[in-house]
Amino acid sequence: MTAPASTGGADARPAPGPRRRAAALLHRRPRLRLSLLLSAPLAWLVVVYLGALAAIFLTAFWTTDVFTGEVVRQFTLANFRTLLDEPVYRTVALRSLGVAVAVTLIDTAIGFPMALYMAKVARPRYRPYLLIAILAPLWAAYLVKAYAWRVMLQQGGLLDQVLEPFGLSSPGYGLTATVLVLAYLWLPYMILPVYTGLERLPDSLLDASGDLGARPLRTFRTVMLPLVFPSLVAGSIFTFSLSLGDYITVKIVGGRRQLLGNVVYDNIGAANNLPFAAAVATIPVVVMLGYLAAARRTGALREL
Amino acid sequence: MPVTAVRIRDLRKTFGPVEAVAGVDLDIGDGEFFSMLGPSGSGKTTVLRLIAGFERPTSGTIELGGTDVTALAPFDRDVNTVFQDYALFPHMDVLRNVEYGLKVRRVPRAKRRERALEALRGVRLDGMESRRPAELSGGQRQRVALARALVNEPKVLLLDEPLGALDLKLREEMQVELKSLQRRAGITFVFVTHDQEEALTLSDRVAVLNGGRVEQVGTPAEVYEHPATEFVAGFVGTSNRIDGVCVRPEKIHVDTETGAGASAPDAGDRHAFGTVAEVVYAGAVTRFVIDLESGDRVVALQQNLRTSSMDVLGRRGARVRIGWHEAHEFHVSGAGTGTDPAPAPTS
Repeated sequence: MTAPASTGGADARPAPGPRRRAAALLHRRPRLRLSLLLSAPLAWLVVVYLGALAAIFLTAFWTTDVFTGEVVRQFTLANFRTLLDEPVYRTVALRSLGVAVAVTLIDTAIGFPMALYMAKVARPRYRPYLLIAILAPLWAAYLVKAYAWRVMLQQGGLLDQVLEPFGLSSPGYGLTATVLVLAYLWLPYMILPVYTGLERLPDSLLDASGDLGARPLRTFRTVMLPLVFPSLVAGSIFTFSLSLGDYITVKIVGGRRQLLGNVVYDNIGAANNLPFAAAVATIPVVVMLGYLAAARRTGALREL
Repeated sequence: MPVTAVRIRDLRKTFGPVEAVAGVDLDIGDGEFFSMLGPSGSGKTTVLRLIAGFERPTSGTIELGGTDVTALAPFDRDVNTVFQDYALFPHMDVLRNVEYGLKVRRVPRAKRRERALEALRGVRLDGMESRRPAELSGGQRQRVALARALVNEPKVLLLDEPLGALDLKLREEMQVELKSLQRRAGITFVFVTHDQEEALTLSDRVAVLNGGRVEQVGTPAEVYEHPATEFVAGFVGTSNRIDGVCVRPEKIHVDTETGAGASAPDAGDRHAFGTVAEVVYAGAVTRFVIDLESGDRVVALQQNLRTSSMDVLGRRGARVRIGWHEAHEFHVSGAGTGTDPAPAPTS
């Protein structure tokens, strides 16, 4: 006996559609869900990001044919030997390191008080506006800002006019200008992590320290600084690494004082020596790895 | 008359348009366990922070032990605070937390270690010296905060809802411990809480705050039995209004309509009739909500001495007779109708 197609009981649900079935499958298999979510970004990370780094590292051990200028894929330490033997590269490397350290120190000195004001002094309802004020320069193009500084720094420029009454003048193009402009460019990257760290520091800890008899300077030294230190290190990772790799600002306001980035740039372009450029590029990478290893001990990587 | 540990005169504090403290006068005696009780926003915490020096008053004066400290910074005041969130330094172990105040005051290393260990013993935390605050339970953190404050032997200890974050069982334990600690140390405690039971249990005297003002100051019994204002009557315990007078729920005796237990000593010399609207069983007590014939709704608490009484009375809609003593009646401002309260009907 063939029954007519039943419409089912009152509580029978319609058969699940393919989309609902797929959703149910993903619900049952969290790992499948995770792999679907992450496979594309992971592939990007491995191929494009780590792959490029590996390629640089590999290229650094090759060399170029002196006559044809073509890359010779043969293992050699010649590039690194040149880096160590030629004093000019040591000078450039140390100068770059010095610039990165100077920029980091300046940004710390300017950024910490600003972050402190934003997080602990300013009224909470003004904080979003202050944050926007800090972030706004990041929305402007890098080149525009660098060229703006070039105009300000030039002879008879804005800086000269402002400083003249005080018997001072613009530093002109050179290392000082490079440090100045880099410190300006990377300041937000220092303020933001320090601001976050300070905002997370409960006011009651500062109150408690004062309550136990500590004067403000001591509270700063024994309570605030140790607890915000990881945030400071996090900020310094940005200012330090960004300064170490920069070459555009140097080109625009640095005068004849070259940094590592320029050596890399010139070897890729004018000198057409890709393996040597790669070898130079490993210097900041190695320095940063050392810096990160040191920072890891302070717990700063958790603040990033 | 004991020495005044804290004397506050016409204290005011405004935050923008908000007047958090609106003219407070308080005299807290030496060695007293003094509580400030009030709902959130009543200004109790602000008064405490003003005593500690974390806030500057808009006007008024604060004296500690007879010295005007109104203009002094927290680090120059001889008070210590136990914070609501404990405010332990997360980057220091327990011992360094407790030693902090002594170290700041340049107590020699050996001496401060000795005193810190003694303070930790006092709060039963010996053996925990090298733990970090994050490795402690809430109750242990609370004790570290206490030890860190008490080790400095302040004249006055300020406690800002210190038990608020603990669960009920732990809170009751800590109440007992706090009280005995205070008695042993002989230090003036100024205790801020919104928990009326906690305030009544612990304090020598209680100040009830509301809207930045002190509504009443008195011993727990005074505040509970003779509330000065309607707010105090309502905030400290529940109060019933029967024909213009107030009676506490536990002072009301619930009986069957016929008055089977009317001869009992707690049956009272006044009574009224009503209907049970709600019965809530709460373990040790049963709470009856009763609609009286006069139209008033009262709450009566009965101890569950004989659960059998529940059979007779514990029914919604049951007709009951309630009784109370005239001596337990109290009047509060604004509670009466302005005329003489009508006597309760007698049968």
